[in-house]
Amino acid sequence: MNLLEVQHLKKYYATHKAVDDISFDIPRGSIFGLLGPNGAGKTTLLRMITGIFYPDEGNILFNGRPFNPHEDVHSIGYMPEERGLYKKMKVGEQALYLAQLKGLSEKEALEKVKYWFNKFDMNTWWNKKVEELSKGMQQKVQFISTILHNPSLLILDEPFSGLDPLNANLIKQEIFDLSQAGTTIIFSTHRMEQVEEICDRILLVNKGRKLLEGQVQEVKQTFKQHLFRIGVGVVPNFAQMATHHFTIIKQHDHAYTVKLNEDSSTNDILLHFIRQEIPVTHFEEILPTLNEIFITQVQKTEEYA
Amino acid sequence: MHKIWLIIKREFRTRVRKKSFLILTLLIPLFFAGTIIIPILIAVKGEDSKRIAVIDESKLFIGKLPDAKGIYFKPLELVKIDTFKHKYQEYGYAGVLYIPDIDINRPSGIEYYSKGRASIMLEGNLNRQVNDVIEKKRMEIAGIDRQKLDEVKSDVKIDFRSGDEETKGSSAVAYAVGYGSGFIIYIILMVFGMSVMRGVMEEKVSRIAEVMISSVKPFQLMMGKIVGIAGVGLLQFLIWGVLLMTIQMLLPLFLSADTVHTINQGGAMAQNANNAAMADAMEKINFIVGSINWSLLISCFIFYFLGGYLFYSALFAAVGSLVNEDPNDVQSLTFPITLPIIIGIMVMISAVQNPNSALAVWGSIIPFTSPMVMMARLPYGVPGTVAYWELALSIIFLIAGFLLTTWLAGKIYRTGILMYGKKITLKEAAKWIVRKG
Repeated sequence: MNLLEVQHLKKYYATHKAVDDISFDIPRGSIFGLLGPNGAGKTTLLRMITGIFYPDEGNILFNGRPFNPHEDVHSIGYMPEERGLYKKMKVGEQALYLAQLKGLSEKEALEKVKYWFNKFDMNTWWNKKVEELSKGMQQKVQFISTILHNPSLLILDEPFSGLDPLNANLIKQEIFDLSQAGTTIIFSTHRMEQVEEICDRILLVNKGRKLLEGQVQEVKQTFKQHLFRIGVGVVPNFAQMATHHFTIIKQHDHAYTVKLNEDSSTNDILLHFIRQEIPVTHFEEILPTLNEIFITQVQKTEEYA
Repeated sequence: MHKIWLIIKREFRTRVRKKSFLILTLLIPLFFAGTIIIPILIAVKGEDSKRIAVIDESKLFIGKLPDAKGIYFKPLELVKIDTFKHKYQEYGYAGVLYIPDIDINRPSGIEYYSKGRASIMLEGNLNRQVNDVIEKKRMEIAGIDRQKLDEVKSDVKIDFRSGDEETKGSSAVAYAVGYGSGFIIYIILMVFGMSVMRGVMEEKVSRIAEVMISSVKPFQLMMGKIVGIAGVGLLQFLIWGVLLMTIQMLLPLFLSADTVHTINQGGAMAQNANNAAMADAMEKINFIVGSINWSLLISCFIFYFLGGYLFYSALFAAVGSLVNEDPNDVQSLTFPITLPIIIGIMVMISAVQNPNSALAVWGSIIPFTSPMVMMARLPYGVPGTVAYWELALSIIFLIAGFLLTTWLAGKIYRTGILMYGKKITLKEAAKWIVRKG
């Protein structure tokens, strides 16, 4: 079942279309990657999902019901890209304050804050002012403040920016744990390697329009170039490689990158090598990285524009 | 409603808990007391004592210039002004008063030499004393008896009563109270308005705005801040009120029991000059207190403080939401808001002198200036100077005014608070007001 369904969402500004007819679904418990270059409309999209902006047109269904900003914000945790904390406020008080604004009672908030401060080993920070913390520490406080109220939808916009690898890993692990526990997560970034590692599904937007959507593996399959890497024990001579089944793209010592020609199958490639009695050490399909897909797809829309 | 309360609480607490709050709350009355007391002290104590040499060639002034207020006259004979005016300082004189051999009917050529320019007090003093002596001499010549003249002189004070209830009142008191309360409102609008603006800027610059907006409506955030800061102001007034009452209660303890007794008897039992003066002072205070409708004035003050504050602070919040990191933006953006406040204080100064002028009347009705100007007019009396309809209209306009500015500011605020990195002009902000959604 889908936690969030976005149908034909539109938000137009005087000079441009920030979000232009975007639809997508997010299954409950999945980690959903929202991708796009700067100015693609991601933030506007997220602001509509979090109830900060009203869409000009279109519907948002949350938990199968029309999205109600007043109620549903309590089920959403949003860590925007432009984020911060009250610098002069003490860390503990700040976390309590933000939790209460998400609808927790004072008692519940205290319990939750204590639990998370314990878990992240932050108890000694309680009475420190935010400005006394390092940037990475502030990010941890920010992350905890976002998840204190057990949101069923967690929206993280560039959550790892400003974090050292150690803390980034800590947060990443927490994201996985939350996902395991049933939290649906929207993850917005331009760091494609993170998306590939973390996300189940992705949505790529540019200039306010949806470029593609789907499961990470599906997307990769859709945009695959039918490239294969084949490793050989003995370097063959030029004549041995002549065939109508594939074209050589690149040769690298004992390995070839080849493109499968139309009407041929992967076994045709292998058969060719076997017939030529070239020993094959390995054979694999090369799938495009999300980064490559991202760049080619975005460039395509830029050309049309 | 629960959320806005949380915001109000936070805004209130973070400000009240600061050390600067307590220090400022105590320092401001000291400052005001200082501005009143120090000039009085200076006036009473006067300048340092001065020795003034007198060269009197007319022989009219010998022994007739009494020493007073730290001025000691030293008549000198056998010295010539031409030489002495260059070396009086060597003899320890502050200056030389030179009186040539004058014709009593046409005195001229009286001069005073000193190194620096003579103070306004000294100038007045010398003029008065010299004229006194000449007047006495002329009376003597004309055969007028000084004592008789004094008896003839009249010193009647008219009781000024105003309005249907014929309340006794003095324009001087109304002037002082009006000026004071108008000025306090002006300071409140500026100080607390800026405080709201800085609070909004802090939220924007520290980038917590969007985090907050994902939990609460922008309007709640803005109103929470405005109300929270109003609470700080009210607490400050409360503290000052309590301080004032404590001082009032403690004051009699510093006076002798005898004086208190005298005062209790309404001055009738005045036994000596000192007590009589004290009783007289108390009567004057009673007169001042009695000549003004304090309960009306205080309730109006609280209304105009809150109304004016709400009217302007929403605008200040809107401006705060437009500012990005560049502090230069602040000045250009706040100017359109501070301008009407400054116009207001100028109209107030004119209104307190002339509370029935058209400028004063309209200034006290238009909500941009009414908090200051109405407070300047009110002590002159309701319904005497300020008609009931004027007060009612002013109140209605101010309420409508702050509802309108809050609504406008809310529209600008909720867009501005989420706009980063880009300089926003007032023209753009004005477009947000008419934009839908």
